[in-house]
Amino acid sequence: MSKNWPLWEIFVRSKHGLHHKHMGSLHAADAEMAIANARDVYTRRMEGVSIWVVESAQVHASSPQDKDCFYDPANDKTYRHPTFYNIPPEVGHM
Amino acid sequence: MNPDVAYLIRLGDTALVAGQRLAEWCGHGPILEEDIALTNISLDLIGQARMLLDEAGKREGQGRTEDTLAFHRDVFDFYNLQITEQPNGDFGCTIAKIFFLSSFQFVQYKALLESEDEFLKAFAAKSLKEVQYHVKHARDWVVRLGDGTEESHTRMQAGIDQMWPFTGEFFGDDDQVEETLSAAGVAPLNASLEAEWMNIVDTVLAEATLTKPDSARHFKGGKSGTHTEHLGYLIAEMQFLPRAYPDATW
Repeated sequence: MSKNWPLWEIFVRSKHGLHHKHMGSLHAADAEMAIANARDVYTRRMEGVSIWVVESAQVHASSPQDKDCFYDPANDKTYRHPTFYNIPPEVGHM
Repeated sequence: MNPDVAYLIRLGDTALVAGQRLAEWCGHGPILEEDIALTNISLDLIGQARMLLDEAGKREGQGRTEDTLAFHRDVFDFYNLQITEQPNGDFGCTIAKIFFLSSFQFVQYKALLESEDEFLKAFAAKSLKEVQYHVKHARDWVVRLGDGTEESHTRMQAGIDQMWPFTGEFFGDDDQVEETLSAAGVAPLNASLEAEWMNIVDTVLAEATLTKPDSARHFKGGKSGTHTEHLGYLIAEMQFLPRAYPDATW
């Protein structure tokens, strides 16, 4: 068994928030302890009403090396924004 | 001293000394997350102490504030339960102490929800939620360590054995204060709380594969000012600053 506890990513939904927001990460031996630790570390100042924890190893991320080919091509495609189009006056507000 | 003032000070001193002792873990927790958890509990307890001592001072009507009560009394005028002044020991011992004490506060505060005294009722409603979390936190660790490795089991059992003799005092010592208040519907007799507390302890120890000690629970007298040698040192440290610099403010 590894001596170090796994890392967990913590998501907290605030009182008026509609979705859970990433707060940071912490160590815990299992999910139950991760939730308890998240309560102590991330909800001390009345931040939350709900906690999600995800083991960090389970998060798969895009690679920084892919940054250019992933995101740059969107730069000159203004027609992908709805504001690119003129809405005919007959349509009114959308 | 009126029985309600005495009762408030007993509850307040127990919370204060427990909180002060637990604060010693600050910066020394086994991991960062647990360090924060322990000091959160400590701060909850100190917050409870402030409310109780503040109210006690007001009811007494002799100009004593929460600060006078906390920082300008000597050992024999403290009425906390003796378990709270015991040294922290190792992590298992600290967890055993939090578990026994918080479970007691849990059943005690729950009974105070029915109090005829508006302050105690409101205090209990607010503090019960905190204490409920303290019980949960300690219980989780008792089970994890008790039902963990051979070493964690041994050390958790040692903590339980070490703190056990101090738990009799929770229930054994009802005097005129509790009797008067109980007759008036203000506070429960502590003896009446033992069955529920024992039930919590039995359940958790069984789940943790730990053994309930059969040793005597003989320590008592904290609430009438009898203390073990450890309280003096704790109080000396706690009171140093306000005694050395009486006019110090934040």
